Amino acid sequence: MIPSPFEYHAPTSLPDAIALLGRYGDEAKLLAGGHSLLPMMKLRFAQPAHLIDLGRIPDLRGIAEVDGAIHIGAMTTENDLVWSALLAGKVPLLVEGARAIADPQVRYRGTVGGDISHGDPGNDHPALMLALDASFVLRGPGGERTVKAADFFFGLYATALEPGEVLTRIQVPIPPAGTGWAYEKLKRKIGDFATAAAAVLLRMNGGKVASASIALTNVGATPLKATAAEDFLVGQTLDEASLAEAARLAMETCDPVADQRGDADYKRAMAGEMTRRALLRAQSRAAA
Amino acid sequence: MAQKTLVSFTLNGKEVDVAVEARELLIHTLRERLLHTGPHIGCETSHCGACTVDVDGMSVKSCTMLTVQCQGASMLTIEGLERNGVLHALQQAFHEEHGLQCGYCTPGMITRAWRLLQENPNPTEEEIRYWLAGNLCRCTGYQNIVKAVQAAAQKLAAQPA
Repeated sequence: MIPSPFEYHAPTSLPDAIALLGRYGDEAKLLAGGHSLLPMMKLRFAQPAHLIDLGRIPDLRGIAEVDGAIHIGAMTTENDLVWSALLAGKVPLLVEGARAIADPQVRYRGTVGGDISHGDPGNDHPALMLALDASFVLRGPGGERTVKAADFFFGLYATALEPGEVLTRIQVPIPPAGTGWAYEKLKRKIGDFATAAAAVLLRMNGGKVASASIALTNVGATPLKATAAEDFLVGQTLDEASLAEAARLAMETCDPVADQRGDADYKRAMAGEMTRRALLRAQSRAAA
Repeated sequence: MAQKTLVSFTLNGKEVDVAVEARELLIHTLRERLLHTGPHIGCETSHCGACTVDVDGMSVKSCTMLTVQCQGASMLTIEGLERNGVLHALQQAFHEEHGLQCGYCTPGMITRAWRLLQENPNPTEEEIRYWLAGNLCRCTGYQNIVKAVQAAAQKLAAQPA
């Protein structure tokens, strides 16, 4: 399986990449880690005439703490996230999430920006970023704008990225100290997309939930925020009854599509179960 | 004739130049132009890991990388592991621990294990299984593969640096 012919461009600066994107428009695709795009090109689901490789732009890679937030360059790889001491200390949810993505080889190449801008609800970063209330910095010929994760995902392969724009940076607010976290992902095997997954941030106060953030992977056309479950949990102790109710409310949020991973009812049930497990594990890591 | 690009990289310590179409995948360049047939084509969909090679410190599936992306890269394949006819400790350990049956996955498995031991010279069994999860063995010989990586790690640790 070999892709259709295309012209390859390897710009070494972001302005050059944006200029190429402007010049070739719909004919061009951006290449990040290539582990979604190249398989699609082999199968002729994508046949760009121009491929613009972002891999030679060093500014697009790296993880740094800036004014109480973590900034992650869009071309930062999944293994960079897994191995980041900064993230382990400040945003461990992203480390746990990245560890659940694909396999080691794919994580050396696959990038956080590619995972987000592809707009595939099966990808893991969209829900992780939704749970974290992250923002995405998009740069185009007219300048830069910042879009919240909650406003970015429109549907299958549809995002807020305008033609000519490049996702350059992800800005993640650092959760307050004592926040519990968990990413629970059900998958049939290593390398598969989630059947369902839940990302949770949880703050406790005096044995009761002070706040909860819950986002779900691959149970709708976009990542989903389980706001009804979040609202219900505030003020609750996490016991069997409250966990069951939170899971039920999370399931009501879902609108999964049947595929080889299961029918809609099964996926909805698994989204509930992943929510329940993620809440329990987040609680075990949260300051009381 | 399609336009070709000249790509230069280091393969197992030797400088090589190839003229390729932009769409040519690294696995095809290695096998068909450079006659390095150690990396195997298994699934061609970046699942099985039989085509794993080491590029600039990363284990990559060479069926999912374009050769034009490798300009200036430093690359290692299974062919680069032995020294003067002496097998690398990993190759010797796969032999001694029966870490292969049909052998199809073995070059990818060993090349991946090599990078793992560069990063983590003394991995636990759990770490070996997690970090080798991108390589499939259809003979289901994982038990002995894990043993072989453990044995190689011990042998390498005992060697003077």
